[in-house]
Amino acid sequence: MSDSVLSVQPSAAKAEVLRISEVVIRIAGDSQDGIQAIGGFLARLAGRSEQEVMTFMTIPSTISGGPSIFQVRIGSGEVLSAGDEADVLLAFYQHSYEGHIHSVKRDGIVIYDSDHVEPKPEWQEGRRHVGVPISTLAIEAIGGTAKDKGKNIFALGLLARMFDLNVSRLEALISERFGGKDPSVLRNAQVAFQAGYNHSPEGLGAAFRFVESQRRTAQQVVMNGNEALAYGVLAAGVRFGAAYPITPWSDVMEILRREMPKYGGMFVQCEDEIAAISMAIGGSFAGRVAVTGSSGPGISLKMESLGWAVMAEVPLVVINVQRGGPSTGLPTQVEQSDLNLACYGSHGDAPRVVLAPANVEECFYTAIEAVNLARQYNVPVFVLSDQAIATRIEAFPEPPLEKICQDITPDLSPVADYKPYDLSSPNGVTPRVVPGTRILSGRYPIAGGLEHDELGHPSASPKLHQEMTAKRRKKLQALAATLPAPKVYGPPEGNLLLVGWGSTQGPIREAVDRARAAGDSISALHIKYLNPLPQGLENIFSGFNLIRVVEMNDEGLYGYGQLAGLLRARYCDPKIRGINKTDGLTWKVREILERATAEMAAGLTKV
Amino acid sequence: MISPTVTFAPNGRDNERPASAPALERRPLTRKEIASDHPTWCPGCGDFSVLALYFKLIEKRKLWQEKITTISGIGCSSRFPYFVQAYGAHYIHGRSLPFASGVSLSRPDLHVFVFGGDGDLFSIGGNHFTHTARKNIKLTCVAMDNWVYGLTKKQTSPTSPLGFKSKTDVWGAIDQPVNPVKQALAAGATFVARTTHSNPNHILQMMEAAMDHDGFSFIECLSECVEFNEGAFDPSNPRKGGAFNPVPAGHDVSDEAAAYKLADAPFPGYFGLFHQVSQPSKNAKEAGLSAAAREKLEGLEDWEILRKTFAGMR
Repeated sequence: MSDSVLSVQPSAAKAEVLRISEVVIRIAGDSQDGIQAIGGFLARLAGRSEQEVMTFMTIPSTISGGPSIFQVRIGSGEVLSAGDEADVLLAFYQHSYEGHIHSVKRDGIVIYDSDHVEPKPEWQEGRRHVGVPISTLAIEAIGGTAKDKGKNIFALGLLARMFDLNVSRLEALISERFGGKDPSVLRNAQVAFQAGYNHSPEGLGAAFRFVESQRRTAQQVVMNGNEALAYGVLAAGVRFGAAYPITPWSDVMEILRREMPKYGGMFVQCEDEIAAISMAIGGSFAGRVAVTGSSGPGISLKMESLGWAVMAEVPLVVINVQRGGPSTGLPTQVEQSDLNLACYGSHGDAPRVVLAPANVEECFYTAIEAVNLARQYNVPVFVLSDQAIATRIEAFPEPPLEKICQDITPDLSPVADYKPYDLSSPNGVTPRVVPGTRILSGRYPIAGGLEHDELGHPSASPKLHQEMTAKRRKKLQALAATLPAPKVYGPPEGNLLLVGWGSTQGPIREAVDRARAAGDSISALHIKYLNPLPQGLENIFSGFNLIRVVEMNDEGLYGYGQLAGLLRARYCDPKIRGINKTDGLTWKVREILERATAEMAAGLTKV
Repeated sequence: MISPTVTFAPNGRDNERPASAPALERRPLTRKEIASDHPTWCPGCGDFSVLALYFKLIEKRKLWQEKITTISGIGCSSRFPYFVQAYGAHYIHGRSLPFASGVSLSRPDLHVFVFGGDGDLFSIGGNHFTHTARKNIKLTCVAMDNWVYGLTKKQTSPTSPLGFKSKTDVWGAIDQPVNPVKQALAAGATFVARTTHSNPNHILQMMEAAMDHDGFSFIECLSECVEFNEGAFDPSNPRKGGAFNPVPAGHDVSDEAAAYKLADAPFPGYFGLFHQVSQPSKNAKEAGLSAAAREKLEGLEDWEILRKTFAGMR
């Protein structure tokens, strides 16, 4: 248990202001209490204050209600993860209190709604308890029939006072959020915020103030990973797509459905997952790269269609917001167990590209990159996000939209002749000419799932199948040759290399920072291009005694997870093994450290 | 926020496209120019008629090769696009309709035709048939119905009549068959017609009307499998002693219940237009949503629209 940055003597004068550089606040309640709204306000405030921020939330897999938490970590310096433990716990109910008290750091602060929570004496030692009748005070402030509505905004007011947050900016955020609704809604929110802000609870001891952020970045935007993916797809110029609702993918599709008409496009809700990918492939076939996406079972259902796009060499982007599996699995919890499916799903030899963004900002840019790789190589491209990145809010510099927004309208001017599957094309990459284009030779291409000749007509010639299979593979080999080796985080040589992919980059790097500070020789490597793999990984691996692939998936039959399996198959290196877990939760920094330390203790010495 | 190096290729381009060529003067296409591979169907197959009349439709209506897209799933009849010298796609089993919907919705300038068999459209693709019909997506779907799985050599199909002996029902089919016309009506199709391979003029007439319909148009075309279901459709063929019964002259095509009743007539039933109503297609409704959204944006560039959204996320 680490110490809280908020540690002060209880006897300290009330006027004391303690300077802090970061804080982790955990808000625990029920999913309908609007706790995500408090966290969202705090995250956006941090974004506007040039601070770094990262959030973490859990949502129950129920229709309404159920315990839920929202954790936000705000820092004036670099924030790599949402934090293992909290400096402040804001608990609305007894179950929130009892369930999360042990996640509070030593000398941390517990603020509880004394209308609902009976604190336990044995838990009060080492954690300052501050009771506030939040429900009663919020009702008193707003008046009458408001029930529990507004207590989240009241609590936001409390936190604003406690951390000396910028009130005018917060009030502006509240106005933006509630301004479009019934005027009484905004008025109630403002009143609740002021009431919370003006309430001075007993026993808090001190107020806190963030040191000035060192960052002087451009304008920041604040969003979660699903939003970043959706807006990345729009920036890439995609104007058609189709999907079926499923958690946690649905937010992406809701945004695309709502936003695409503004850009002259449309995003269609289909009758099922197979229809959705088929409609997207139809849209791509007709000219402009289209997008589909899903989670869990939905991705399994799309696999036959994906194989058609590989065979017919039609570009496509498939977004997979991973959740726990197999089958219905853990709909609202995180896992990285779809990597094998993304790389190998579908029958036959069906090479495709697989990319995994490491954070919210990368979600935006990876969506654009996926569209461009699909266009350049006429191949389906998977984007592997996950539930954690999907729901996590981060602030990042606003992208230079004028420069990066693309127009990918196809060229329909006539061509003399066209062979869609020309075997003489370098690297197997053939150009694409789409319906609507007049072909003067009078020979038109057919796109099909049968093995075909250079014009797309069916052929079962043994030689042709071998050549076409190689053509589809060579495209990805050509892509691999352009992919630079990722940079090692930390020194390029040492005892242990932690390898990761996707949303785990932050906690892995934080673990490396802490281990190095404690004198351990640990570095990290994060792989974004998972299929094909980039060049030069073997050179990086040769600098370390031990390689452990940190993944949120099972250790498998032989002691390593899915990326570790790919790396072992590729590099035949027995020092590659796994650090895995499948508890449906993101990696805590401490968990990675403990596992890494144990691996080093048991590991081989350098040969 | 973590990534100092975001790898990203700005303004990524499609791979090299063949050089544009000057468009030449053109004359209407001939049958020879429209025909592609020699069909792989068995001699005498009803599918030949449907293909011949599709060529005739293209000739008669002076359609250009780049303006039509022929799409199919899997099955004997689904080999169709390979035999047409124009853009086409031979998609996976049962999913031709959603694929074709993707083409239709994203490319309003193309005529989209879907050809499929009874297994493709009413068994594995049954769900898609219902939803494409109810969404009224602008395309023409021709079900070449032979009451049997032919490509896999005689198994029971969803339209096989009770008692039909096949390799999967050696004692005769026991499951109630699908009635494609009733299925289309129940799904809300806005154009429903029925024709048969043995009446070429009638096929062309139905195809023309279907092509002109602004929405989802469905044609059931009986198409005899001479190999595994020979003579099944003789009762509908006057040359084989049967009767070709046109839809009665007084039938009101906007009356759905009347169409349903007509479709219930015992085999060989009626041929012609059962049902047609004018309702906005999904294509039109989606275009309307987009026009309304864009009107509010007063001519902003795409990147400016996105910037406006990001302004609310600062």
